[in-house]
Amino acid sequence: MTELTQAPPGDEAGLLEALRRGDEAAFSALVERHSSLMCRVAALYVRDAAVAEEVVQDSWLAVVQGIERFEGRSALKTWILRIVTNQAKDRAVRERRSVPFSSLAPVDEPAVAPERFAPSPYQNAPGWWSAPVAQWPDGSPEDVLYASETRTLVQGAVAALPDAQREVITLRDLEGWSAAEVEDALELSPANQRVLLHRARSRVRRALEHYLEGRTAS
Amino acid sequence: MNCQALVELVTDYLERALEAKELERFEEHIALCPDCAAYLDGMRQTLRALGTIPPESLSPRAREELLEAFRGWSERPVSQP
Repeated sequence: MTELTQAPPGDEAGLLEALRRGDEAAFSALVERHSSLMCRVAALYVRDAAVAEEVVQDSWLAVVQGIERFEGRSALKTWILRIVTNQAKDRAVRERRSVPFSSLAPVDEPAVAPERFAPSPYQNAPGWWSAPVAQWPDGSPEDVLYASETRTLVQGAVAALPDAQREVITLRDLEGWSAAEVEDALELSPANQRVLLHRARSRVRRALEHYLEGRTAS
Repeated sequence: MNCQALVELVTDYLERALEAKELERFEEHIALCPDCAAYLDGMRQTLRALGTIPPESLSPRAREELLEAFRGWSERPVSQP
């Protein structure tokens, strides 16, 4: 998943050099490499798929037109992220279909519903599981139905996340960015980045757990 | 560390962001508590499932339009001093 986006910067420098000379193959290679990121980020702000695709096209042209100004102080993908974010926000405002983007400040939210914990019979402190936690079945990779069903479920759970959580989990767990890269690109403190990631992963985990319980019950 | 506290530290644990003392208590708890071990395993499987979501791509039509626009740009007359 991350091989393409984490290619060595030296390789990318060559592509950028070729792009500055107007080399179409270099452009095509960069489009191949970074369009997933662009599509996902555009979809964070613009819900309509056709409009999001236009945002990606406009963003690529903005990359090409701005390539002379790119000085390589940040990673290319960070620069691309900023361009597509700005393009998508502008477009969302123009379309007046802007989804109000919630603040990046994490809100307090438990990873597991408090009802699932109870006082332990052996200790005078609350906070022990009140019922056993199910061990999930290991989904074998050959089981295509299982895999594609699970994937659809997980994609839906990510799509339903609050904006800031969705942004962080998309970059970290779908695009494979490092914590430091996400902190830099979204201007988050390490602690806030982790809190948002934790809330997001916990919600997706809950969705999967709910789904797996349903499968076992039927 | 009780179970309710442990589940809130799972991401810090996976991100290797726990301090030495906390890490020790976390691992001690996991070793003795099959429920929290199952919870952590479920989180690892969640991350694996997230990793199976395929990259998105532009539709072939949008991609073709984009390459065409690029050709228009790269063949522009260059105004050099």
